[in-house]
Amino acid sequence: MVKQISVFLENKAGRLAEVTRVLGENGINIRALSIADTTDYGVLRLIVNDPEKAWRVLKDSDFTASFMDVLAIGIVDEAGSLSKTLGALQDNGVVIEYMYAFSGKSGDKPLVILKLSDNAKAMKVLAEEGVAVIDASEVYSL
Amino acid sequence: MTFYNERIETMSRDEMSALQSERLRALVKRVYENVPHYREKMKAAGLLPEDIKTVEDLPYLPYTYKQDLRDTYPFGMFAVPMEKIVRIHASSGTTGKQTVVGYTANDINMWAECIARELTSIGAHRGDIIQIAYGYGLFTGGLGLHYGGEKLGASVIPISGGNTKRQIQTMIDFGSTVLACTPSYSLFIAEEMKEMGYGPGDNKLKYGVFGAEPWSQQMRSDIEAKLGIKAVDIYGLSEVMGPGVSCECCEQDGMHIAEDNFIAEAIDPATGKVLPHGEEGELVFTTLTKEGLPLIRYRTRDISVLNDKKCACGRTTMRMNRVLGRSDDMLIIRGVNVFPSQIESVLLEFGGAAPHYQIIVNRVDNLDLLEVQIEMTPDMFSDEVRRIEDVEKKISHELDSVLGINAKVRMVEPKSIARSEGKAKHVIDNRII
Repeated sequence: MVKQISVFLENKAGRLAEVTRVLGENGINIRALSIADTTDYGVLRLIVNDPEKAWRVLKDSDFTASFMDVLAIGIVDEAGSLSKTLGALQDNGVVIEYMYAFSGKSGDKPLVILKLSDNAKAMKVLAEEGVAVIDASEVYSL
Repeated sequence: MTFYNERIETMSRDEMSALQSERLRALVKRVYENVPHYREKMKAAGLLPEDIKTVEDLPYLPYTYKQDLRDTYPFGMFAVPMEKIVRIHASSGTTGKQTVVGYTANDINMWAECIARELTSIGAHRGDIIQIAYGYGLFTGGLGLHYGGEKLGASVIPISGGNTKRQIQTMIDFGSTVLACTPSYSLFIAEEMKEMGYGPGDNKLKYGVFGAEPWSQQMRSDIEAKLGIKAVDIYGLSEVMGPGVSCECCEQDGMHIAEDNFIAEAIDPATGKVLPHGEEGELVFTTLTKEGLPLIRYRTRDISVLNDKKCACGRTTMRMNRVLGRSDDMLIIRGVNVFPSQIESVLLEFGGAAPHYQIIVNRVDNLDLLEVQIEMTPDMFSDEVRRIEDVEKKISHELDSVLGINAKVRMVEPKSIARSEGKAKHVIDNRII
């Protein structure tokens, strides 16, 4: 399971730059990120090389941050494979709360981050489907 | 006519002090004999009526609080039997029981004279047409101005609040010369007039008597320009009487207190110590002549500054500045009393400790808007926007049911609310800045 960090950001100039500055100055390398935003604020979700340290430095800089277990999966790089994987999860009652893609690859496979309603069940489904669930240590060091 | 009651309005400070002392002695005797609550409080303070000889002795008397009125709800502090009460008003009871005020015929007459003097002091007289767009009912605004206008001999239009188009039509067709309402409603009327195609020259208004909510100098200029009138500030609270406890004169340089009826003190709200004139403090009123519900040193929670210098208009009565704020941070939003403590109690339900918050009041298009900014805590935070929105909605809903008005909830980052001396400033009222 991969530890994702979520950070609360007000929707105003300079906040995103501030988070990345804090992380950068503390030697934290960002592996993947996504932002969900509203008019007033956004939630920045990050996969980083050292989640514990990232959480600590963000907290020290007065950000509200939290951990969440998410799955990183590698999917075959061809049309329809993501749809097939997501379909299998849905058929088995696992709800996808959100997802985003990763900039790197695991081997030749593009990576996708999934926030799911039931990680344990999802792992089983994914194993049955032959979808590679990527190990956290591999994700952090990509 | 420059004065309605020249003797009272222009008497020397010494004469006024002597008049107040005489009335104070009678008042203290009256409440001691007729109101058990006051008698108990005086006994507890070791005071007998004869201990109070002049206004100098006033600070010996214990304060009266809104809570005293609640504890004796509804009529427990009336000093006369019900056969003498001819009118009952009540103030909204958002934070507890409503506060009930009874008036005798003399009280109504005294109130009317206060207003008649004040209308005279701004330049109004017999022959003026006064449109009263304050609400009529339990609220003291409408009827308070009404009786004062009649007492003056002016023609009163008791149109009450709302129905703005008819308000404007009446104003133009009847040739109203004085408008009495809340300052924000006057601006609303001005804008509606413009939309109906009327300019400032189309109405005959000369004066506006505005009160019952905070407003700024900026807003005054705005109203005066848009309606082509002189706008004055009127002050009062139902417990003490209603509007007219004080009011600005044509000089617009502080509100003249009807001192033959009300003694004003400014005190330090924390220590209860009386402050010298000119210092900012909580206003405390003692009603000298009121029969129905006499008040001894009533804590208003309104912050202001007293000034006993003679006014350019010739009046010698004590003046008070525009109310600068509240010692209990109470806000009046769309006529509803809102206390920061109510908001804090709601926030406490969403986590162990109340997060830092700030209440911001803005006036947008003449409507008071309440925004509550809350610093995000780990308890309220989620990686999903939907869940954060759920928290916001829950807080907003709770605030709505506790306060009785709609509040916009906005989550902000930790430490983003300015702190002074480590304590967050809870209220920013942009209406009076």
